[in-house]
Amino acid sequence: MQASSKPGISVNIVTNTGIVAHGETAALPMRMTISKVNFYYGSKQILFDINMGIADKRVTALIGPSGCGKSTLLRAMNRMHETVHTSRLEGEIHLDGQNILAQDVTSLRRRVGMVFQRPNPFPKSIFDNVAYGLRINGIKGSTSEMVEKSLRRAALWEEVKDHLHKSAYELSGGQQQRLCIARALAVEPEVLLLDEPCSALDPISTAKIEELLVELKNLTTIAIVTHNMQQAARVSDFTAFVLTGQMIEFSPTPQLFTTPSDPRTEAYITGRFG
Amino acid sequence: MATVNPTIQSAGPAAGSRSFLSKLRDGDEIARLITFLFAASVVLITVLLVYELWISSALPRQKFGLHFFVTQVWDPVMDEYGALPFIYGTLVTSVVSLLLAVPLGIGASIFLAELAPPQISDTLQFFIDLLAAVPSVIYGLLGVFIVVPLMRTVIFPGLNKPLGFLPFFKGPSYGVGFLTAGIVMAIMVIPYIISVSREVLLSVPRDQREAALALGSTRWESTWKVVVPFAKTGIMGSIFLALARALGETMAVTMVIGNTPKISASLFAPGYSIAAVIANEFTEATGDLYLQSLIELGLVLFLLTFILNGLARLLIIVTTQKGSGVGNR
Repeated sequence: MQASSKPGISVNIVTNTGIVAHGETAALPMRMTISKVNFYYGSKQILFDINMGIADKRVTALIGPSGCGKSTLLRAMNRMHETVHTSRLEGEIHLDGQNILAQDVTSLRRRVGMVFQRPNPFPKSIFDNVAYGLRINGIKGSTSEMVEKSLRRAALWEEVKDHLHKSAYELSGGQQQRLCIARALAVEPEVLLLDEPCSALDPISTAKIEELLVELKNLTTIAIVTHNMQQAARVSDFTAFVLTGQMIEFSPTPQLFTTPSDPRTEAYITGRFG
Repeated sequence: MATVNPTIQSAGPAAGSRSFLSKLRDGDEIARLITFLFAASVVLITVLLVYELWISSALPRQKFGLHFFVTQVWDPVMDEYGALPFIYGTLVTSVVSLLLAVPLGIGASIFLAELAPPQISDTLQFFIDLLAAVPSVIYGLLGVFIVVPLMRTVIFPGLNKPLGFLPFFKGPSYGVGFLTAGIVMAIMVIPYIISVSREVLLSVPRDQREAALALGSTRWESTWKVVVPFAKTGIMGSIFLALARALGETMAVTMVIGNTPKISASLFAPGYSIAAVIANEFTEATGDLYLQSLIELGLVLFLLTFILNGLARLLIIVTTQKGSGVGNR
């Protein structure tokens, strides 16, 4: 917050490869760093030489027009792209200084959780949805306590505490999405990735989730893809603008929205395209 | 059907005042009538079927009453008929075939839908559809020439030696019998289970798999704990389709069950099924009581199918309330 609340003060992203965001320097630890990432589906290149960092305990937003590759970039951060056979990734992505591409993918995904575009609860009870991750990961301790904690963190507890054993499908869309956030939080991920989490939701549910994200950054590191620029401006500390697979600008959010350094960023945020 | 009318009429101010004739001209009424008749024909055929079976089995119903269901004797010479051995044979062979076919079929469908590369999955699916289309008499021949000898030389000794103390595996074995019929039927129904289950598994939304993977599930955990439970209702549907096929299977069963109206605990003993006895004895049933008893057996089979289908529906309703994806999204 200190960095982002004062526009002008920017960051020096501390990494092994020395990536630097635009602007002045003030050290801020990075949880994840992405260096020289090129991404392909089959022979089609989606991402070109991407460099960026995800600052610890901050919200980093990825914005850009549809099809620019921002979701692909996010999905690469917990290797979710590997579910598509034809995908190929070059470059390095580090989590706490270790290359995630060389790690065991299931333990990586436990550390880097994900919330998707459409709420996708399992067809189980509210309780079992949140407990799922705890069970498959064999996490010791009281499951019901952990479930309650996660639901509280996702600001859903008060609404569901009396019917935890009802089907998750009986919840509204916004509640389902918060349930999905609770489910992801239950395994206590170090980084939480959100892929346009509000695109299927109404404004009130969206506002609730945005509020929640700001609170959650005390707890975990967040990266969010959104094509809603106002949302990025409201919730994020850093914003990356992606256009046709290229990282155009990566700056503290106030700076990117007030004094963008690239004319294309300015064109996009002022609504001239996208 | 009743709800259709008000919505049409409330569609516009003019709609309510339109005459039947003008609606007829527009084609709405014609389409409604014709499709209604088609839908009604299903009910009509069912009713006719039951009515015909009921009327044509009056004699044995009068003579034996409910005893028909519990009598073990089937004696055309003494003109005494009971359905129990046939009900028993039908149920036992069906259960045996499902016990064999369900794990195999579901396992194969999980491989095809979740694990196999798409090209292999599609190629195998082609052969599976081919298998489903093979006439049952061919499976009967397969049974007679391969399963029956195998039964005598391999399966019976293999099961009788270690498990012979159980009543199910007591000898002797003639090759034909409940187990043989069950095995042949299992081979016949496996393609149905695989085909339908694979389709259902493939239709599970991708976001369910991804949600599981993103929580640190392995591929198998996401399949077994998320995808399969999501598809539960549809997979059960495939099992009931297989059960219906097994209950009514006639030709292949007749060729390998042994055609002996006896109730035996041993799966190696010869038996009889309802469909098989009707097919075998219908042409030679000279007496009225004999013929009508066979028709009453047909009624029993219909009833059996009806009850099992009802139970299946009930099971689906109960389990979907606990939460399977289908129908809830």
